[in-house]
Amino acid sequence: MTMTETAKSASRTIKVDALARVEGEGALTVRVKNGVIQDVKFRIFEPPRFFEALLVGRPLTDAPDITSRICGICPVAYITGSSQAMEDALGVDVGDGIRRLRRLMYCGEWIESHVLHAYLLHAPDFYGLEDSIQLARKAPGVVERALRLKKLGNRILEVIGGRAVHPVNTRVGGFYKSPAKAAVRSLIEPLKQAVEDSLETVRLFAGLEFPDFEPDYTFVALHHGTDYPIERGRIVSNRGMDIAVSEFEQHFDEEHVAHSNALHGVMTDGSGPYMVGPLARYALNHAQLSPLARDAATGAGLGPVVRNPYKSIIVRAVETLYACEEALKLAEAYEELVVPAIDLPFRAGSGTGCTEAPRGICWHGYSVDADGKITAARIVPPTSQNQKQIEADLRAVVQDNLHLPDDKLKWRCEQTIRNYDPCISCATHFLTLTVERE
Amino acid sequence: MAAVQTKPRRRPKLAVWKFSSCDGCQLSLLDCEDELLAVAEAVEIAYFLEATRAEIAGPYDVSLVEGSIGTLHDAERIKMIRKQSKVLITIGACATAGGIQALRNFRDVDGFIRAVYARPDFIDTLATSTAIQDHVKVDFELRGCPINKEQLLEVLNAFLNHRRPVVPPMSQCIECKMHGTVCVMVAHGTPCLGPVTQAGCGNLCPGHDRGCYGCFGPKETPNVAALTKQFAALGWTDAAIANALRSFNANAEPFRAEAQHRETPSQRVPS
Repeated sequence: MTMTETAKSASRTIKVDALARVEGEGALTVRVKNGVIQDVKFRIFEPPRFFEALLVGRPLTDAPDITSRICGICPVAYITGSSQAMEDALGVDVGDGIRRLRRLMYCGEWIESHVLHAYLLHAPDFYGLEDSIQLARKAPGVVERALRLKKLGNRILEVIGGRAVHPVNTRVGGFYKSPAKAAVRSLIEPLKQAVEDSLETVRLFAGLEFPDFEPDYTFVALHHGTDYPIERGRIVSNRGMDIAVSEFEQHFDEEHVAHSNALHGVMTDGSGPYMVGPLARYALNHAQLSPLARDAATGAGLGPVVRNPYKSIIVRAVETLYACEEALKLAEAYEELVVPAIDLPFRAGSGTGCTEAPRGICWHGYSVDADGKITAARIVPPTSQNQKQIEADLRAVVQDNLHLPDDKLKWRCEQTIRNYDPCISCATHFLTLTVERE
Repeated sequence: MAAVQTKPRRRPKLAVWKFSSCDGCQLSLLDCEDELLAVAEAVEIAYFLEATRAEIAGPYDVSLVEGSIGTLHDAERIKMIRKQSKVLITIGACATAGGIQALRNFRDVDGFIRAVYARPDFIDTLATSTAIQDHVKVDFELRGCPINKEQLLEVLNAFLNHRRPVVPPMSQCIECKMHGTVCVMVAHGTPCLGPVTQAGCGNLCPGHDRGCYGCFGPKETPNVAALTKQFAALGWTDAAIANALRSFNANAEPFRAEAQHRETPSQRVPS
């Protein structure tokens, strides 16, 4: 790309070489000439790690442990999605006991990830601060509440999964060991406190100032008649899509662009970018929220659909509240599993799985042979699906805010990317590579 | 505080660097919920992109490095970081052994590129994923996939106070004995990498009725061949044994060598 601008005053380049407070390595370049945007690029330069290729030839039972290493912030999304896909391929139904225990563990991941993002990574943008350490000095008590909530999310992961980052107790077919009832029950009192803490969180974020910006997004999320979607549901959109998880590949594709090490998600009908994550889940599943979470959202000034992406910070708080309530319900009803894992009858076949990672739907598809070996793997994480929409948002935000000085515009652009809680480590797995031999 | 001290002690500058990884090990620092604010008081967080947009120029007193080297650009970047760091500590299996992405070191990379990727010209990647110590001098390696956050605090504390960290390179077996965990291999015939794996995770897998899968990497002087002989006696094939050794620390020498040995049984010297 060549710079052709001659009148220096008329051309501006906003560059963020290494984006902070996101997971992974990303950068942003915006070029503006005579008040017209020439180019917006949200680059992902996290080196690709080729998970899909590495999985081929491995036992299918390795998939949860290996794919969890795609992301240290949302390993449960990968563990659960890959386990579901293998169980689908083998025709195994794990039953409600195992499903509910997975959901309880997943609530822990939502709490840990949402609180990390909302308080420690995203909130400083709204206060004009560099980080949460500055926030802790400015608003004593706020960061302490965040850390208390986050610790509980991690505690849930430890009790069910053995450890917070890359749990060890999970397997295709269920769990290695049923967690002790007393350990799960020990979560109940802290969860009651966490419900209060998350109500406070919704109120706190409701009082922030939000830029005016409401694009007409295409929302895509899981939807299930009775639950707010975490570990199950059909894939639906606000444009009338309603498909089974197994039909994903007929409706969604990815394209590879030069400036990014992540593929960009697109819909096969050519309808443009789409958004996954909290705003999409909320808009498509408002009726499935708990009454308390719905009331808290109303109290925070949210209608049943939120299109302002900056308000995703409030929606994350509402979902944190829901996850705390849901975890409380599941912990109170928990009984130890008599059979912690279902036997796996190996057979050749294909299977799919999809769950709602904190950042949006995370889809898995595998083929396996009769010996239980993986023959093909495909993983579509949420951040690669959102990447095209992130660029569309940036383009609109820059156009609306050209009057801002460079440092303010740069700040606003960073904040716009953080609306998506992009997990860049997750987005770079299926990438193409060139080999340089030294 | 001694009366002779005339000026306040400068807070040590801490930097956290990321290479090819899942972010889970640096997240472990943010997961120190009870200690995070105290750590932020004790040190000056000079560079930590996952947590702050503020950047303070080097040199740095302590650098924590997460991730493996997988591109030429990163191979250069780690040299610059080494120059700016008084102490350089690697954290996690990617940084200490190349991580799960080092599985590509054992494959015909060209073959799977052709099979899988549409536009190879867009991507800059080396054929191998390697540990930080393969590129620069490392002052301390903290093991784990992910690391144990308590060990991280211990290592930070030790270096900031100019003492050796208490992170014993003993085996997972010792940890099981200390926890009173019944041996899964002896009692249930479950293959377990505990005898050759460094302790430190907190006795996780055997405590969950599961064999250790080696995510803390090889212990000091491991006898991997003796253990895999026992795996074979339990009915495991050479391929299954090689597979078990080839996970998050596949490129750590004792695991790499025995996996290769098992994969090419014809070259094995009869014992």
